[in-house]
Amino acid sequence: MATILTVDDTATMRQMISFTLGSVGHQVIEATDGAEALEIARGRKFDLVIADVNMPNMDGISLVKNLRTLPDYRFTPILILTTESQDKKRQEGRTAGATGWIVKPFNPEQLLTVVKKVLG
Amino acid sequence: MVIELRQFHQTFFDESLEGLANMESSLLRLESHPDSNALDVREMLNAIFRVVHSIKGGSGTFGFGWIADFSHLLEGLLDDLREGRRTPDKPILDLLLRSVDCLRSLLDAARTNGTVDKRPVEEVTLALEDLRRTSAEGEPLETTEKVIVSATGWRIVFRPTAGIFRSGNDPLRIMRELKRLGEMKVRCDFQALPAWREFDPESCYLGWTIELQGDISRPAIDEVFAWVIDDALLEISPIAASVKVAQGEASAEASTGGVKLHGTSLRIATHKVDTLMDVVGELVITHTMLRQTATHFTSEDLPQLFAGLSLLERNVRELQESVMSIRLLPISFMFSRLPRLVRDIGEQLGKRVELRLGGEQTELDKTVIERISDPILHMVRNSLDHGIESPEERRAAGKPEMGYIRLEAKQKGGNVIIEIEDDGRGLPYDKILERAMSTGAVAPNTRLTPEQLNEIIFLPGISTSESVTDLSGRGVGLDVVRNNVRGLGGNVEVSSRPGHGTRFVMRLPLTLAILDGLGLQVGAQTYILPLVSITESVRLGLEDIQRLPGGGEVFAMRKDYLPLVRLHHIFGIKPRSEDVSQGTVVVIEADGSRAGLFVDEILGQQQVVIKSLETHYRRIDGIAAATILGDGTVALILDAGGLIRLAHVNANPPVAVYDTTATDSASGTTLH
Repeated sequence: MATILTVDDTATMRQMISFTLGSVGHQVIEATDGAEALEIARGRKFDLVIADVNMPNMDGISLVKNLRTLPDYRFTPILILTTESQDKKRQEGRTAGATGWIVKPFNPEQLLTVVKKVLG
Repeated sequence: MVIELRQFHQTFFDESLEGLANMESSLLRLESHPDSNALDVREMLNAIFRVVHSIKGGSGTFGFGWIADFSHLLEGLLDDLREGRRTPDKPILDLLLRSVDCLRSLLDAARTNGTVDKRPVEEVTLALEDLRRTSAEGEPLETTEKVIVSATGWRIVFRPTAGIFRSGNDPLRIMRELKRLGEMKVRCDFQALPAWREFDPESCYLGWTIELQGDISRPAIDEVFAWVIDDALLEISPIAASVKVAQGEASAEASTGGVKLHGTSLRIATHKVDTLMDVVGELVITHTMLRQTATHFTSEDLPQLFAGLSLLERNVRELQESVMSIRLLPISFMFSRLPRLVRDIGEQLGKRVELRLGGEQTELDKTVIERISDPILHMVRNSLDHGIESPEERRAAGKPEMGYIRLEAKQKGGNVIIEIEDDGRGLPYDKILERAMSTGAVAPNTRLTPEQLNEIIFLPGISTSESVTDLSGRGVGLDVVRNNVRGLGGNVEVSSRPGHGTRFVMRLPLTLAILDGLGLQVGAQTYILPLVSITESVRLGLEDIQRLPGGGEVFAMRKDYLPLVRLHHIFGIKPRSEDVSQGTVVVIEADGSRAGLFVDEILGQQQVVIKSLETHYRRIDGIAAATILGDGTVALILDAGGLIRLAHVNANPPVAVYDTTATDSASGTTLH
């Protein structure tokens, strides 16, 4: 099973993502903002990163940009969490190097589907 | 697999309410410091935006439709603010503050499955919609109707750009997904493959032409390519001519969730749990060590046994401390409600008040914080209503027009002290005394010391007398405040200088679970007396005791006479000796009065775990709670305040509490 880094400033979202992915056997590590995520990602390699866009300290878009500069993360799938009203953010995320996005609100089943899709 | 979303509700509610509290204080700061530095304002607006954005996301996920809609609308306004399309002026900040209230009530209704007062929410919704309509750059209306094309076969030409791998995308994944949609025929196009020497293994040189057969809708295919649409040349065209046009499906209406949640939850910093884990780990090691020592125990192992036991003691103490720290919350949880209250009430009363908060990081037990919230709110309301004067009155009195209310929390030993101070007009002692005499709480023509006057306002029916305004007059007087605080094992006292202000000092225990006490032996019984209520202990001879006509006993203690309480009388047990010289007298103090407790023997200081007596038995005067001692027997924990009250009731009629004949009246104040 995969090791996944989930980055979100809200505990609700982190908890839901961790629990959902954990329940199918993935190992999930949580970070509360982009800066913390980057720090964690420097120390180990993850198979997938799921990051919120709106976060204090370092937002999701900057996180993607920064991750892509790390040799370990050049090809790693990175998904960003956006809302349906954030077309612009989605575009920014893509330009920054995000693999794709998950549209909020989503339910655990939808999350599992997308993750399965990305991890193959 | 079905994952129950309900399990995340509590986190969502806790987090949302916490976010709203932060949002509120940021809004108040924006309001009171309109000239803040632009960067700070932007950061505050961003933080506020994130709060609303998270609430919107969560409520959407959990199906709280109304909250999601409301926060969506609010988010629009906040986006305008943080992008500088609007300025956060007073009307907008007012609207945002009202929105906070709306979200709170909506969240509360969702949490308790209760109802919401619709009117304010609808009013704010209308106001937000109005703003949106007049928005400088209105967003284009979203098209609600979408044309869905479906066909029995599709031809897809897919030529990714060389850099597609660098976004973490993989054409293979796309092929895999397409295969799920229908039967697929793929032709690979490797014309773009470079010469071997120029080949870059991290680039993509291949392209594909795909024929997909089946009744597949165009959006299903679009979705597969959604992430790579900018990283590829893509042509999608129907093979067969069978093309259908359909209307967009209406998405299922989200309804407010059917949750019922009881009890409260606690959010704990991860490092606190980590510490707890460490301690438990050490406890396990100590256990193993003791077990090994015990298995083949000889007298030579005695030192090792004692070493193990002292280690165990340390582990248990650490465990206790770390569990207690989990229940502790900073008092800012409570203080954060005040700026809004002071602002709203101040505005309502036409008073100018500055709120000064200090020691907000002081930690207190969660239950204590919850139970002192209302008393503190009440006292602050009182200060605003009766303490702080109107700007005109203040000017006339030579004071600055802007008054202040200061709240400060600090830890002192096992207690937390909260001071609430204002620079208003002070307590109206003459009116209080008049009131006390008319209710019969104080005998007419009594001379009272300032301390006694300060005690009087905590008597029932005194502080409620003139507080019949709609603000502080909620039928709750300072007597109720004091009872609440006493119920927690704390106390509250007041001091005041006419014309200069009033100060309340509240003393609270850090935790409700554990108490430092002194063991007392009376006959065969052991009692625990909380250390905080003990001032000293004395040995008395028979000649020190004086009998009162009413049947009570007093003894001289420096300049004062204190009532003597024989514990064995109160609890109806047989002491070792009735002779005062054969035992010890422990002087206790509570609420400004003192008394001596006559006991057989003092056993020593110990920490005890408090067990409620009321939940297992019933309330008894003079007893605060129970505990279980090391040898397994139950001991009662004494309530000093209750015992002193009992002593006075036994010794005198209640009115005489304020009769000062027995005390030094040199400092007494004559007020009539």
